[in-house]
Amino acid sequence: MRLTDIIKDANSNLLRSKARTILTIIAIFIGAFTLTVTNGIGSGVSKYIDQQLGNLGAEDVLIVQQQVDDPFGSGPKKYEEGSLSSNAFAGGPTLPLLRDEDIKKITSVSGIQGADPFLNIVADYIIGPNFEKYTVTISAYITGTNLGLLSGELPDNGSADLQIIIPHNYVPVLGFNSPDAAVGKKIALAITSALGEQGTVDATVVGVQENSLLSINGASVNDSLLRNLFAVQSEGKPATAQDGYAAVVARVGTDISPGEMERIKNELKDKGYAAQTFQDQIGVFKQVIGAIITVLNFFAVIALLAASFGIVNTLLMAVQERTKEIGLMKAMGLSRGKIFLLFSIEAVLLGFWGSLLGSLAGIGVGKVANQIATNTFLKDLPGFSLTSFSPFSVLTIMLIIMAISFIAGTLPARRASRKDPIEALRYE
Amino acid sequence: MAQVIEAINLTKVYGKKEAAFTALDSINVSIEAGETVAIVGKSGSGKSTLMHILALLDKPSSGSMKIGGKDASKLSTKQLDMVRNKTFGFVFQQFFLNGNDTVLNNVTLPLKISGLSRKERNKRGIEVLQAVELEDKANSKANDLSGGQKQRVVIARALANNPKLIFADEPTGNLDTRTGATIENLLFTLNKKKGITLVIVTHDKDLASRCNRQIYIEDGKIISGVKR
Repeated sequence: MRLTDIIKDANSNLLRSKARTILTIIAIFIGAFTLTVTNGIGSGVSKYIDQQLGNLGAEDVLIVQQQVDDPFGSGPKKYEEGSLSSNAFAGGPTLPLLRDEDIKKITSVSGIQGADPFLNIVADYIIGPNFEKYTVTISAYITGTNLGLLSGELPDNGSADLQIIIPHNYVPVLGFNSPDAAVGKKIALAITSALGEQGTVDATVVGVQENSLLSINGASVNDSLLRNLFAVQSEGKPATAQDGYAAVVARVGTDISPGEMERIKNELKDKGYAAQTFQDQIGVFKQVIGAIITVLNFFAVIALLAASFGIVNTLLMAVQERTKEIGLMKAMGLSRGKIFLLFSIEAVLLGFWGSLLGSLAGIGVGKVANQIATNTFLKDLPGFSLTSFSPFSVLTIMLIIMAISFIAGTLPARRASRKDPIEALRYE
Repeated sequence: MAQVIEAINLTKVYGKKEAAFTALDSINVSIEAGETVAIVGKSGSGKSTLMHILALLDKPSSGSMKIGGKDASKLSTKQLDMVRNKTFGFVFQQFFLNGNDTVLNNVTLPLKISGLSRKERNKRGIEVLQAVELEDKANSKANDLSGGQKQRVVIARALANNPKLIFADEPTGNLDTRTGATIENLLFTLNKKKGITLVIVTHDKDLASRCNRQIYIEDGKIISGVKR
């Protein structure tokens, strides 16, 4: 029997008991649909993160913090004389702070070209030409990072000018007509000093950044502006009080090899510091997304497992019903292998139709959801598509489901192939 | 004449030890090309078991089967399948037609198994349907035919691969006398015109008497007609 005839027969055999076939296909459909959607979301999100990572760019920078054995704390710790700490977030764990001597120690590691404290600035508000006050998060601009500018240029850390980059969504609220109109204009930042007095610092907008996951409500400032703001913030602080930094930005060469990077990280670790690149920091986020997708995929696989029992059941019934026919075909010289193939291909076809329809529905629903999402809650994140489908991943899902179906089909197919033609012909 | 099949000292035992039941006991049969042989016996006599072994659908417990002078036990599964597909044709009392499929598709099933293309299959299918005078029913569903027509379709199917030998198991068992006679005539005509050897299993003495030779079986033993 030709393979094409076997496939055609297997397909037309599926139509003999339509209701049963459809119910089995629905079970597979559900699994395929879920897998397609979860993978679509997974790749949509990680694609966006990769894109953002591309925006960041600076690969020669390490963020160094004090090493904490257990970030969530394992109970009260003994106070060490002279140690400083900061609350990383309200109610959260306390991170030990880095001091000037730590910076010296970090710089002493070979391969590190320089280290600057990561000054923590808490600005009260930002004010523009329309004199409306808006809260803002200030972060230091690190040379080499690519902010994804809509207009203007990147800040210059070597410049004495006070420069700031504002996110796109600050352009209208501060009273600028367009990103281009904002560039070169003055804004002011208000900051409260240690004495409780509010002071302002003027700065020039040098560029406007596209809204992104990493820039919402965040403005990047150059070194001069940062130090200026820090000076205002520290005003009135007792001279004896030591400056402590939550983190230090260490600079390594741009042409550093991954192995060398690893060595520097390990050396810092030995000295009691935790060092991460931007990629590492975002990698954690990716891991969380990955874990969520894995859990969702796990459910989809359970659905497929249940569906595979449906395939076994359906085909066992078909083998029973077609006992005589199997006997006749064997009597007429159809080999065991071909009988096995006839039924296992029937199983694979169940998987094929179920996964094809499931993936198509998954892609359809994913695209609709994407449309709705980009028009609503993802509006502020241009370039973020909730779901992304590649032909390769859809094809992989289909092949996996067909493989599962084939495995499920082997039991009934084996049973069919082992039928004794005489017994089968006698069967009533 | 050349021997088509030969059974030497066939014994078939079902079950083991105390429960053992001897269905066939030291059977010797030789069937020559062009012969018409009737295997006659009551139900339970072992005639169907004998036919199954002769048709290589079953294996004897002891004794041997020769096909065209070759020992059947030395043939591979693939060769056995080939013999059943190309050399033998089967006619069953219960027809074994796929009722929802067309007459033509039913008739061409052995050709599909042997791997012919659809075009070749259909060409040959129409030829054999012409031989049983049912070419006008080629595209009807098998279920829509009468009993006699169905048996003619079964004969056409048995003829499809140009067999040397047709095994017919109670070919007229499910038919009325008049239709039965038509089927008998058809089978004997095929024997005369095409030289196809006929092995007919029956309990109908009239049908048996039309054959060249009758092998009477009782309790698994041949009681008469061993050799002509």
